[in-house]
This record gives sequence, C-alpha cells and structure tokens, in this order.
Amino acid sequence: MSSNAVPALGRRELTRWFWRQLTSMRTALFLLLLLAITAIPGSIYPQRGVDARAVETYFLDHPKAAPTLDKLGFFSVYTSPWFSAVYLLLMISLVGCILPRTFVYFRALRARPPRAPRHFSRLPASTTFETSSTPDEVAAAARKALGRARIDVVDRDGVVELSAEKGFLREAGNLVFHVSVVVVLIGVAVGTLYGYRGSVIVTDGGGRFSNSLTQYDEFSSGSLFSSDDLPPFSFTLDKMSTKFQPFGSPQEGAPREFRAQGTYTPKPGVGERDFDVTVNHPLQVGSSSVYLVGQGYAPVIKITDAKGNVVWNDAVPFLPADSTYTSNGVIKVPDAQPEQLGFQGFFLPTAAQNAKGASISIFPAAANPLLGLFVWHGDLGLDDGKAQSVFTLDKTKLEQYLRSDGKGFRISLQPASEVGEEASTAKLPGGGTVQYVSTAQFARFQISSSPLVKVPLFGIIAGLIGLMTSLTVKPRRTWVRARQDGSRTVVEVAVLDRVSRDDLPADLDAFLERFKQSLGETEETS
Amino acid sequence: MTLAQYEQFSNYAVASATGILALAFVAYVLQWSLARGVAPDRELVMSGGEAAAPPVADPAERSNVAGSIGFSLTQLGAVVLLAGVVARGLAAERVPWGNMYEFGCAATLVAVTAYIILVRVWEIDWVGPIITGAGTVVLGASALVFVPPGPLVPALHSYWLVIHVLGAMIAGAAFLVGAAASLLYLIKSRAERTTPEADRVGFLWRMPAAAKMDQVAYRVHAFAFPIWTFAALIAGPIWAQYAWGRYWGWDPKEVWAFITWTVYAGYLHARATAGWKGKAAAILALIGFATFVFNFVGVNLFVGGQHSYAK
Ligand code: HEM
Repeated sequence: MSSNAVPALGRRELTRWFWRQLTSMRTALFLLLLLAITAIPGSIYPQRGVDARAVETYFLDHPKAAPTLDKLGFFSVYTSPWFSAVYLLLMISLVGCILPRTFVYFRALRARPPRAPRHFSRLPASTTFETSSTPDEVAAAARKALGRARIDVVDRDGVVELSAEKGFLREAGNLVFHVSVVVVLIGVAVGTLYGYRGSVIVTDGGGRFSNSLTQYDEFSSGSLFSSDDLPPFSFTLDKMSTKFQPFGSPQEGAPREFRAQGTYTPKPGVGERDFDVTVNHPLQVGSSSVYLVGQGYAPVIKITDAKGNVVWNDAVPFLPADSTYTSNGVIKVPDAQPEQLGFQGFFLPTAAQNAKGASISIFPAAANPLLGLFVWHGDLGLDDGKAQSVFTLDKTKLEQYLRSDGKGFRISLQPASEVGEEASTAKLPGGGTVQYVSTAQFARFQISSSPLVKVPLFGIIAGLIGLMTSLTVKPRRTWVRARQDGSRTVVEVAVLDRVSRDDLPADLDAFLERFKQSLGETEETS
Repeated sequence: MTLAQYEQFSNYAVASATGILALAFVAYVLQWSLARGVAPDRELVMSGGEAAAPPVADPAERSNVAGSIGFSLTQLGAVVLLAGVVARGLAAERVPWGNMYEFGCAATLVAVTAYIILVRVWEIDWVGPIITGAGTVVLGASALVFVPPGPLVPALHSYWLVIHVLGAMIAGAAFLVGAAASLLYLIKSRAERTTPEADRVGFLWRMPAAAKMDQVAYRVHAFAFPIWTFAALIAGPIWAQYAWGRYWGWDPKEVWAFITWTVYAGYLHARATAGWKGKAAAILALIGFATFVFNFVGVNLFVGGQHSYAK
C-alpha cells in the first residue's frame, strides 16, 4: 500500500461522508429549523428592502446599537450572508436528496413486489384464518380485495403465495413536492434578481410621472436589473378620490374607498388612455404594474420672499402620521432672497381644539383644513452635494424665527378657497408672505415588475398537490400465503407499511373484511 | 332586524358563548378531578353488576357525567357562537373576519366545531379541556380588541383575502387540536414510561394510550399542513400581489407565516426521522403552534408592518 493512497482515500471518504450528512433527513430537518430561526430578526428589526425610512428612524433612536446590528446584517436579513448560507445549504441538501431518490424511485417502479417473508408473525400486523376455499380461490379473492396494486402469485408445491405492493404515488408526490420547493425558490430568486420596485408620490390635478429612475422617491431593484430596462410609460393623475366612514357612524373615519383616475401613455408615440386604479386593482402596463398604496393631502402653497418675488407656488405633500391624517411636511425654498427659507409643519384635514386648547385632527376628510408652519432661515444645506430627503429639514445651518416669548414663530392658515385671499395669507418676520391657496390630494403609487410570477405560483400549486398525494397515499405491502391442510385451507395474511405510521391493525382488519367477503363470493359461485 | 340590532344580538351571543365555553371547561376539569383515584378498568368492574351502590355516587360515573355535560355545553356554545358570528356578518354586511376581534370569534367557532366533529370521528373528547379552555381565553381576549362592525379598509376588499383568512382559520383550528393532542401525548408518554402499573389511577389512564394520541396528532397536522400551505403561501401571496405589487415582501406577518410553515414541515420530517419521532416531534408541534399564535397576537399588537391595519 503506497503511503499517499491513504489520505486520498480518506479525503474522498470524508467528502462522501460529508455529502451523506448534508443530504440526510436529519440535516434537512436541522437546516429547516435553522432557517426559521434565522428569519426571526427580520421580523423584529426594520428591513431596508421593506421600509428604508424605518431603518433610518431606528438609527436615530438607537445610535449605539444600530451600526453594530447593521454590520451583522440585521437590517437586511434576507440578503445577509448568514441567511443566504442556510438557504443555499438547504437547497443543496434538498437537491442532493431528490436526485438519488428519483433514481431509486424509477427503479422501484419497475421492480416486482418483494417475496413473502418466512415468518409473518414478525411483521407489524399479521393474522391467520381457515377457509374451505382452495388456495387458488384464496389467491383470486385476495387479488380482488386488493384492488389496484402490483401483484405476483407463485405456487410452491401447493403453497400459494401472493405478494402485493401499492401506493407508489406516495413517493411520486413526495418527490414532486420537494422538486417544487426548489422550483419556487429559483422562481423567487429570478424574479428578485430581474425585478424592480419603486414608489412615487404624485399630486392630483395634473401631477405627472414618467417611468425613469430620477422620478422615484424610493427605488430598489434586483442586482441583474438595469435601469435601461424600465418600460417607458408615463401617466398623469387627474383626480384622487377618498371616501371615509361618515362622522358619527360605526368606525367613523375608517377608509372606505381610494380611487386614482387619470390618463396614461403605455409608450412614447402611443395614444393616451384612461386609467382608474383602486386598491387591489392595479394598472397593468406591459410587465409592470402600478398600485395605489397610499394617499394624503398636499396643500397648494404660494410663497413670496422679502423682495416680493414668488419663489414657491406648488402643492406640497404632507405625509399622514395617524388615522385622522394628522400630517407632517417640509417646504424648502432655496430661491428665496436674501436668505433661503425652510418650513416645517403639520396639516390637519379636520381641525378642532382639544380640551387643552391644542389643535388636533378629528376626521380624515378635508372638512376644516388647517396648516401650521414653523419657519427657518439661513442655509438649507442643499449645495454640499449630499442627497437629502424632501421630508426632513437639515437645521444645522438654519435659524428659527422666534416669537418675543422665545417660542417658535408659527403660522396657522386656512385655505383661500375657504376663507378668501386675505385671511389665507400670513406675513413672515423677515419679510415676504405665505399663502395657503387650496388643498390638493396626493396618491402614493408603487410601481413594480416581478418577472416570472407564474413560476413560483405554479410551482407551489404543483407542490401542494404532490404534498397531499404523499400525505394521503399509503405505500403498502401485503402478503397472503394459503396452504392446504386436509379439507381446509390455512390462510396467513400480513401487511407492512413502507413508512411506519398509522393504524396498521385496523387497516388489516378492513382488508380482511373485504378479503373474506370476496372469498364468500367465490364460495357461493363455486 | 336593523344593523344595530344585529350588532347587539351578535355581542350578546358572543358574550354568552364565552360563558358557556367557560362552563364547559369547568365541567371537563371536573371530569378529570372526579376521576382522580379511579383505576382505568373501574368502570368495567362496576358495570359487571355485583356492585349495589347507586351509580351517581360512584366517582367514575360522576366523572363520566361531568364529561358529557362538558361536551353538551361545548356543542351549545358552538351553536350560540355560530349565531353571534353570523349576526356579526349581517351587521357589517360582509364576511365576519375583517379584524382581530372578528377573527378571534370566527377562529374559535372553527376550532370548537372541528373538535365536535373529531369527537365523533376519532373520539378525541380527551382534548376537550384544552379546546374549551383555549376557546374561552381567545373569546375573552377578543373582547379586549372589540370594534363595532363596519366596512373593511380598502386593502382588504379582495376575495383572495376572504379565502386566505378562512384557510388560516381552518388550519389554525386544526393546529390547536394537534397541539392539544401533542401536549397530552407528551404527558401521557412520560407517565407510561415512569408510572408503575399499580399507580396507574386517575383520568390520565382513562384516556387513550400515548401511541393513539400521537396518531391523532399526526393526522390532524397532516390535514392542517396543506391547508396552511394554501392559505399562507398561495392565497396570501396572490392577494399581496394584487394589493401591493409583490407576492412576498418579508413583512413581519409573512415572516411568521413562513416560520410556522417551516416548523410544521420540520414536524412532518421529524416524524419520519429516527431519534426525532415521538417526543421531539411533539415538541415541534407545540413550537409550531406557538409561532402561529404569536403571528396573530404578537405581530398584530407589537410588531406592526403592512398587515397591521388588519387589527
Ligand atoms: C435536505 C432536504 C430534504 C430532505 C432530505 C427531505 C427528505 C424528506 C423525506 C425523506 C420525506 C418523506 C418522509 C416520510 O417518508 O414520511 C420528506 C417529507 C416532507 N418534506 Fe422533506 N426533505 C428535505 C427538505 C424539505 C424542505 C426544504 C421542505 C419544505 C419546507 C420539506 C418539506 C417536507 C414535507 C412537508 C414533507 C411531508 C410529506 C410527507 O410526509 O410525505 N422537505 N422529506
């Protein structure tokens, strides 16, 4: 024996041992449970792919813990190396288990039922009885009672032995199920790699969106997606309508209907068409879909600076923070002279005073709108090239206008459409005016494409059918031995489940009943 | 009846059903405690005829009476609860499982009904105390999140959602029965290993053998798992695709549905794995049920996510 042959053999054996371990059911079980455990952090910590803003908030609230958690991948669990590792090992284990089992299965499909064991009493369920029928009649009756099964009958010197096997579909179902798990996982992975998803806020009364990267407020895509693949459609939002449970009714203020209407162009050069999108009824444009996922108010605000120039005249989306649509928003006016202006405030669709005299919103519809704004002046910090959220004000180089008592100077306005030009306008301490012109609404759309959605769908449906087959079909071997003993025939019967479970004895009794019944028939006819 | 009358009727019916199930639970507990010193074969001896004592005085007999009162009350509770759930649907003019309160009532109804059916099919009256106890707790907890009937928020206007929730309730009911059977299996199989023959008295020994409990648990789980697969991994994603443009988004609710699915897949594997059969499998079934409950209580109340408006 050469000295270097031993380690080589050792390595191969080790590999084989490792492979057998990896593809064993015990490992699969372990990996399956490990996958469940590794999925948990993703439900506790906010996830970038789900809600990037919540992750930012978490960083602000937990400045110490967040960076460490981030390094560990806790904010993107489902793409983290450790989650992927468990997932990939499970896939490999699964494939490594399916392949050999498939070969075994096809071999078993052609095999004959195994011969009867010598001693039936050693099997989990067996019995004997006597009959006046001949062994051949017994075999015929057993065949009939077994129904659809693979059956061999041999006659050894007058001892008739019948072996039967049925329930091959069980393993087929099981294989289909496990294959479908692989198909679903691959389908989901491909859909994620080539898909994209983004969201955008569009105000009604003519707000426009065209499908290019710069237009999105939030955008994420799979790593194999390129922004050139964005289908070039565009749309205009004419009307956003909302209905709420009326004031004073049960569940007052609960949303009843959200509807966005407008026109869209599937691709440049094609005529405009109308769309009417409600929740659960997206607009389909080619492989992309446009979903209505949120809405809120966008007061139209007109601002003049100290020099009398109109420096802002546009709708400003205020993001709802609760079920009465108490909303928060920010306006940045970089063109204001002599200093840039920044506004931060709230919007109340139906304003009322609470017991302490503070303004609150008591209903989500815009019945008595009130806009409250605090004002900053200075440098908005837009020039240093860092991307800023349109919903937060960077106050590091800004100074707030204060009242004489030291509290923040606050503007409270109602729209010109309700209270007229005069009352809807406020003067700024440093000169200039702010007018609340009217109230528009905005819609938040999610635009996404997940290619191959049908693959996981059909995969899992096939898997479900396979699963139910494998859970209901019983793979069973049955043996009957009939031996002439004087004028009587001694019949021995035994059954064995390929997968030991369930109540074999009860099943044996049921079989015996059918068996004796068909024996009775043969006795009557003979 | 007007909508308000339906609502009131529904509230009374649900409250009554809660009381009736609580009484059923008490009756089942009495059935256990009355049989404390009774040997499993005592009943047979008594019915042998020579005993002269009046049957009501006999603990075994009294235990049986308590048990059948428990079952009758359970059936009554189910009927009253059915009326409550139907009236709730009439009051809200839609299917009565659109928020946490309604889900609690409807799911309890499904669970108690499943129990009543299975008592007739597989004689599982021995899980009665657990089912009625859990039913009382769920109904009581639902009252804490009561909201008046009303229309659904727009995102819930989808028949896929109706199917999804119905499937989840049926699977959940079966998971409850399975968990109850697995729990009693753990207790019984331990007792079978440790209790000497002479000490085998009390209700535990009037229940079926551990092997039989394990078999019931398996059958119930084998029924529930495909339904859960359908509800959580087919109907749910289809609805999510319509509502949000993604069939799977790792939302906390989805994560926990997936975890539940994985644990029960683990249970089915464990049953076929040497060394995991029996005890470990039963523990997995209990963990699986815990993850299911957490999804409907913990995630709704504490975690949030896109599904959380379904409260
Ligand atoms: C390494 C990977 C895997 C191996 C080796 C494996 C092996 C097996 C085997 C041998 C059975 C049949 C059990 C029996 O005979 O009773 C089975 C059943 C089952 N497997 Fe897997 N499996 C693997 C992965 C998975 C995965 C990833 C899932 C999905 C979560 C899964 C879900 C199931 C289910 C639900 C059953 C029950 C069906 C039945 O009892 O026939 N398996 N698996």
